[in-house]
Amino acid sequence: MSGTNGVAPDVTTESPDVAVVGAGPSGLTAARELAASGLDVLVLDREWEAGGIPRHSDHTGYGLRDLHRVMNGPAYARLLAERAVEAGARVRTSAMVTGWAGERSLDVTTPEGRIRVDARAVVLATGARERPRTARLVPGDRPPGVMNTGQLQNLVHLHHREVGTRAVIVGAELVSWSAALTLREAGCRTVLMTTEHPHAESYAAFSVPGRAVLRVPVATRTRVTRIIGHHAVEAVEVEDLATGARRTVPCDTVIFTGDWIPDHELARAAGLDLDPGSKGPLVDNALRTSRPGVFAVGNLVHPVDTADIAALDGHHVARHVRDYLTGVLPQGPGIPLRAEAPFTWVSPGLVRPGAGTPPRERILLWSAEQRLVARIEVTQDGRRIARRTLPWPVSPGRVFRVPSSLLSGADPHGGPITISLA
Amino acid sequence: MNTRQMRYGPLPVERVDVAVIGGGVVGAAVARALSGHDLTVALVEARCDVGDGTSKANTAILHTGFDAKPGTLESRLVRRGCELLGDYAATTGIPVERTGAVLVAWTDEELAALPGLAAKAVKNGYDRCEIIGAEEVYQQVPALAPGALGGLTVPDESIICPWTTTLAFATEALSRGAYLLFNTRVEGVEPPSGTAGDAADTVLRTSRGTLRAGWVVNAAGLGSDVIDGLFGHTRFTVTPRRGELFVFDKLARPMVNKIVLPVPSSRGKGVLVSPTIYGNVMLGPTAEDRDDRTDTSTSEHGFAFLLEKGRKLMPALLDEEVTSSYAGLRAATEHGDYQVFLDAGQRYLVLGGIRSTGLTSAMAVAEHALGLLGEAGLRLDAKATLPDPPRMPNIGEAFPRPYQRADLIAEDPAYGTAVCFCERVTEGEIRDALASPIPPADIDGLRRRTRALMGRCQGFFCGVEVEGRLCAGVARANREHGEHGDTEKTGEAQ
Ligand SMILES: Cc1cc2nc3c(=O)[nH]c(=O)nc-3n(C[C@H](O)[C@H](O)[C@H](O)COP(=O)(O)OP(=O)(O)OC[C@H]3O[C@@H](n4cnc5c(N)ncnc54)[C@H](O)[C@@H]3O)c2cc1C
Ligand SMILES: Cc1cc2nc3c(=O)[nH]c(=O)nc-3n(C[C@H](O)[C@H](O)[C@H](O)COP(=O)(O)OP(=O)(O)OC[C@H]3O[C@@H](n4cnc5c(N)ncnc54)[C@H](O)[C@@H]3O)c2cc1C
Repeated sequence: MSGTNGVAPDVTTESPDVAVVGAGPSGLTAARELAASGLDVLVLDREWEAGGIPRHSDHTGYGLRDLHRVMNGPAYARLLAERAVEAGARVRTSAMVTGWAGERSLDVTTPEGRIRVDARAVVLATGARERPRTARLVPGDRPPGVMNTGQLQNLVHLHHREVGTRAVIVGAELVSWSAALTLREAGCRTVLMTTEHPHAESYAAFSVPGRAVLRVPVATRTRVTRIIGHHAVEAVEVEDLATGARRTVPCDTVIFTGDWIPDHELARAAGLDLDPGSKGPLVDNALRTSRPGVFAVGNLVHPVDTADIAALDGHHVARHVRDYLTGVLPQGPGIPLRAEAPFTWVSPGLVRPGAGTPPRERILLWSAEQRLVARIEVTQDGRRIARRTLPWPVSPGRVFRVPSSLLSGADPHGGPITISLA
Repeated sequence: MNTRQMRYGPLPVERVDVAVIGGGVVGAAVARALSGHDLTVALVEARCDVGDGTSKANTAILHTGFDAKPGTLESRLVRRGCELLGDYAATTGIPVERTGAVLVAWTDEELAALPGLAAKAVKNGYDRCEIIGAEEVYQQVPALAPGALGGLTVPDESIICPWTTTLAFATEALSRGAYLLFNTRVEGVEPPSGTAGDAADTVLRTSRGTLRAGWVVNAAGLGSDVIDGLFGHTRFTVTPRRGELFVFDKLARPMVNKIVLPVPSSRGKGVLVSPTIYGNVMLGPTAEDRDDRTDTSTSEHGFAFLLEKGRKLMPALLDEEVTSSYAGLRAATEHGDYQVFLDAGQRYLVLGGIRSTGLTSAMAVAEHALGLLGEAGLRLDAKATLPDPPRMPNIGEAFPRPYQRADLIAEDPAYGTAVCFCERVTEGEIRDALASPIPPADIDGLRRRTRALMGRCQGFFCGVEVEGRLCAGVARANREHGEHGDTEKTGEAQ
């Protein structure tokens, strides 16, 4: 069945300089910059339209840090796609990357046929998704009407379909409020937002007016323990974590929000080193993975930050991909970067001396707990190399940023660097 | 009979020679076998689809029967069913993977039980079990937790697609002329009042009207004792025994290439770890007697138990995400064997208590049923010509799926358009399922036919796309059949 080079005869081969997997904000931005410097860039996305998650996130709040303006999700998605195409990138949609055919070769399924893409460099930009109910191990009945924000927004914004009339939102992160907005638009009342945390996690700035405007009752320190209803959702059972008391909350829709997991299937299929905390591929300050010529950007490596930050990863990686292609990307071992509890992950997870600063000169961290005062301590080999109180709080459900300059005192030949809260 | 008549409106037939109550894997196998003869046959199912009861929620193992109780009907029919279904699967394209199993001993007591199990296997007609040492166990299943003392191999235990199996039987029954009557719950029975003419018929009162039948086969699974009661018998009582299961992400699959069985104890078969035909890993089932025959909910204590077992068996598995969890209800009875009784006077056969091996044994149960019916006087003349068996779409991972097939995509781009990304289900497969002889009636039915929405994102990306296609497909079918149908689920098993 196979041809001379191991490719089946009816499989077409493409050989771009760079293959970008995922046409979300990070992938499109990387593609634009790489194409603008004269490289042949092929972007592959499985959706029929480029743009990633912002396509169906029909509210404002996109573009601040990368485009220096604020726009709604679909407009932002369109603009990034247009810019990539204008710069000369080839953006191919309905193109699902299904696996690897070699170190930097991809198997792709498209309506036009199976394609093998042999690239000189690969940028993985496959994003992240919210953990569904099943992965959160919530027992009970299994009626329809239980979904993630992603599906909800697809339903309402792209397909203009109806949801129920009484919803319970699980989670109180930024994305949870986004879900509440969408529900309101669809004529569905949020009867309860539950969170295991002692505070609603998202920005006070959002949640206070959010609570007032949306009139969403938030039950902190609670969790959903069961879903009830044979053919349709009838109620959820909610436990008070402090007392163990349980009550049933009647509703017809349950939205599981946040609790992100990177879409890391291709990263895992390649056998790339993973970050045990984020479960995304382990990257260094140049956003390269453990396989030479394979880079990773966006929410795949930091689940989950805002779209502009993902886009700026794309901007950042472009230079390093070019350096890799011209053979000037510095080599050498990286120093592991670790974070102590309450932090659950830190990105990048490796600091490679000589490879410059990480994107935006920021180290990104995710916390399981709220801390109003963020006293950060950086240590290496038992030695404190920095300590600083940052003027913003540590909150679960949103990325905590630390200037990478706090690492400047690290010994390039030393052991792992640890970031913790003092 | 068109697809609308299968599900809605008055029954398209008044009298049949044989009515089979229950469209699970057993009923579908019986209907298929009967319809190979010059008989009118109806498969009468309360729910909107075949295989929507226990037959959709099991561990999907094609058993060799090595550990059955020797001498029972179950032992014989599992052994025979395994052969028959293995062959039938090859003919029709039902996905089967010959993974083999290894039974693992964790205590000295379990280790000491292995020779007995090997001997029992021989009594059950299976002589390929082998006792292996701990080292060999770890060679076969490297991800196993430390502490295994030894094992017993069962090289022919296999995994199979339970959904395609039931669907294949029903599809073939349909092509042989059987009536498939869904949303048709049997609510009352008037057994024959005489021996000739109309008086020799049984009258079934159903939720879609009255059906007369010359003979009745009761394959109602969890409801088989109730139907048996309607015929005036009190021979057994079904106690639903719930089994909860976790299905882990496909990324876990490289850890588990074999079915890992526990040493059975007095409390049942215990919890296994198994690859699934769809490329996932399964952990379960629990075993818990319940009262409610419709309650397939999962529970906190069930989950806690599975997590504890998983941690002991294969801790690395728990680092992977759970993509799905569900519960199935075994039709357990107070007896140790299948409850098969023929009442020649009533022209009635019950196939009950088919508890935890019915997927494997279904074809043999059907063969056995036809034997009993023939002896009791049902005329079984093989039809002169029969249509070819159906060729079922492959939804397993053992063979190339459409998205991987350049040849198929070149002929039809719909097979190159992924709709459900996680499971790589294409536009073409969804279209085919909607146009198939027994199209799905709801999202679960589409899932069982294509795997759409079964994956790790659970609809985050594609939920709306898939549902949209289902609604459009169902509406189209109803339009084509001239009437305006509602697509809601009506029937419900008890
Ligand atoms: C409900 C919600 C509201 C949000 N609101 C805001 C907001 O107001 N402001 C803001 O800045 N951010 C917001 N965000 C976050 C923002 O959407 C993300 O940060 C951003 O989309 C991340 O970009 P990305 O490029 O990393 O990934 P994504 O946007 O997720 O894009 C990944 C792309 O990869 C493709 N892909 C994945 N696997 C494959 C494969 N195997 N083959 C081909 N293609 C593949 C996918 O189809 C997708 O298009 C919100 C997110 C959500 C869910
Ligand atoms: C957790 C679990 C694991 C298992 N693992 C395996 C395995 O690995 N291998 C194996 O071979 N077997 C296994 N089994 C067993 C197997 O699933 C069952 O034996 C088999 O599905 C029984 O099929 P059935 O047709 O008898 O019952 P069902 O599938 O329950 O079908 C009965 C049908 O009758 C219908 N019905 C009931 N009452 C009425 C009425 N009044 N009118 C009309 N219709 C009615 C119901 O709606 C239902 O569809 C397992 C079972 C469970 C629960």
